[in-house]
Amino acid sequence: MSLQLINLSKHFEDSENATLREINLEIESGEFVCIVGASGCGKSTLLNLVAGLIEPSGGQILLNGKEITGPGADRTVMFQDHGLYPWLNVIDNVKFGMKLAGVSAEEQEEKAVHYLKMVNLLDYRDYPIHQISGGMRQRTALARALTMDSEVLLMDEPFSALDKQTSNRLRQELQQIWMETKRTILFITHSVEEAVYLGDRVVVLSLEDKAPEIVNIDLERPRHVYSPEFVELRRGILAKIRGEEY
Amino acid sequence: MSIVIFLCILLALWQGFYWVFVDLMEVFKPYSVPSPLGVGERFVELLSDGTLLQATGNSLLRGIAGYLIAVLLGLAVGLLINHFKYLQKNLKPLILGIQTLPSVCWVPFSILWFGLSTQAILFVVVMGAAFSIAISVDNAIKNVQPIYIKAALTMGAGKRQLYRHVIFPACLPELVTGLKQGWSFAWRALMAGEVMTTSIGLGQTLILGRDLADINQVMLVMVVIVVVGIVIDKCIFSVIEKKLLVKRGLWVQGH
Repeated sequence: MSLQLINLSKHFEDSENATLREINLEIESGEFVCIVGASGCGKSTLLNLVAGLIEPSGGQILLNGKEITGPGADRTVMFQDHGLYPWLNVIDNVKFGMKLAGVSAEEQEEKAVHYLKMVNLLDYRDYPIHQISGGMRQRTALARALTMDSEVLLMDEPFSALDKQTSNRLRQELQQIWMETKRTILFITHSVEEAVYLGDRVVVLSLEDKAPEIVNIDLERPRHVYSPEFVELRRGILAKIRGEEY
Repeated sequence: MSIVIFLCILLALWQGFYWVFVDLMEVFKPYSVPSPLGVGERFVELLSDGTLLQATGNSLLRGIAGYLIAVLLGLAVGLLINHFKYLQKNLKPLILGIQTLPSVCWVPFSILWFGLSTQAILFVVVMGAAFSIAISVDNAIKNVQPIYIKAALTMGAGKRQLYRHVIFPACLPELVTGLKQGWSFAWRALMAGEVMTTSIGLGQTLILGRDLADINQVMLVMVVIVVVGIVIDKCIFSVIEKKLLVKRGLWVQGH
């Protein structure tokens, strides 16, 4: 199974949204791919295209060889602003996607509890959303996304609205969860550190008309941000984003 | 508590004004200025002969019946103008315009079409409330945060699921506010409808007071209309509204 982007481009009538030109990328099953780039390079546009929330101007997106035509549960998105429903408590939010899919009540409960445990939030299962912290909300959103068993999990800067400490902790937990579940994840971020920490590969989108560069991260997990190899990779990617020769 | 004292002071001032300017100095004629004591007297009379209860009960029944029809119609029209771009563009401005019509403007039509009947009153009520409800339904749906819909779509929601599990619950607080406003429009329209008929009701009792030059009765009915309006607002709509907002953590104390 794989997700393929073939000559994918998108331009908008207005200039508010970033354009994408001829992107080619292939993501294998179980891979964790991060996309970084300066703001305005089209990271979020790329994610919205894969999610099916917007239509490409050219090219194709194939999931297991089939073209994507709209949004669907096989490509669940975890958003920066959690996208949880304030009229539901934590566990009902986690169950939401399964309820849409017509999963039986027992299985909903079982899976929701399983994933809430995984994100360390089971004690808060009956809390209303407005009574838990930003970090806990993202954990809830992560649990909800995991229940969907999507082919690809799309993450749109899920930790960048959080304070540094919380976001560091969450990415550590996400690494752990990924090691346990081996989901296929396409992760958008503006933090190079986060990308190198999490990804098998880091795709660097450029502001100019250049093809994206792909950097393989062959570091053992769990990774350490202060190891020399890590620092080196991070520096290299930052230089690419700035368009410098390295 | 402070409001009770405030009202007592107001009543005392009003009664004092009446004694000085009507009784003592005779600046105003007694038939043109009501007094708290006179209104109280009429209140006891109309209460004991059953007129007041019957009038209030009839008006409430008509108001509620008309309001329910208006809600159904408003919901339907609101959903339609929200769903179809063509109607949104062309019909909504028209509805916005019609909504500004005072409900009394519908009285001639209602008499021509329905005669002096209950249907005629209901027609005025429906016309007075349905359009404002339609507009608020449309606005409530439009104000649903796009991320709620996007999230549901990427979890595989179909059109109907989207309406049932996301759009409806998301716009519920605003919808209730719109329904509350719709009720106040309906209640006002009801009075416009009732003053033209002869069957017992608050509006008719008010007009009867005018015809008998009984300013105290007119005043009494006005007070009853206000009190009923406040009671329904506070005991039904505001309670539901508060519950919804509290549950979502949107309730602000003293707001």
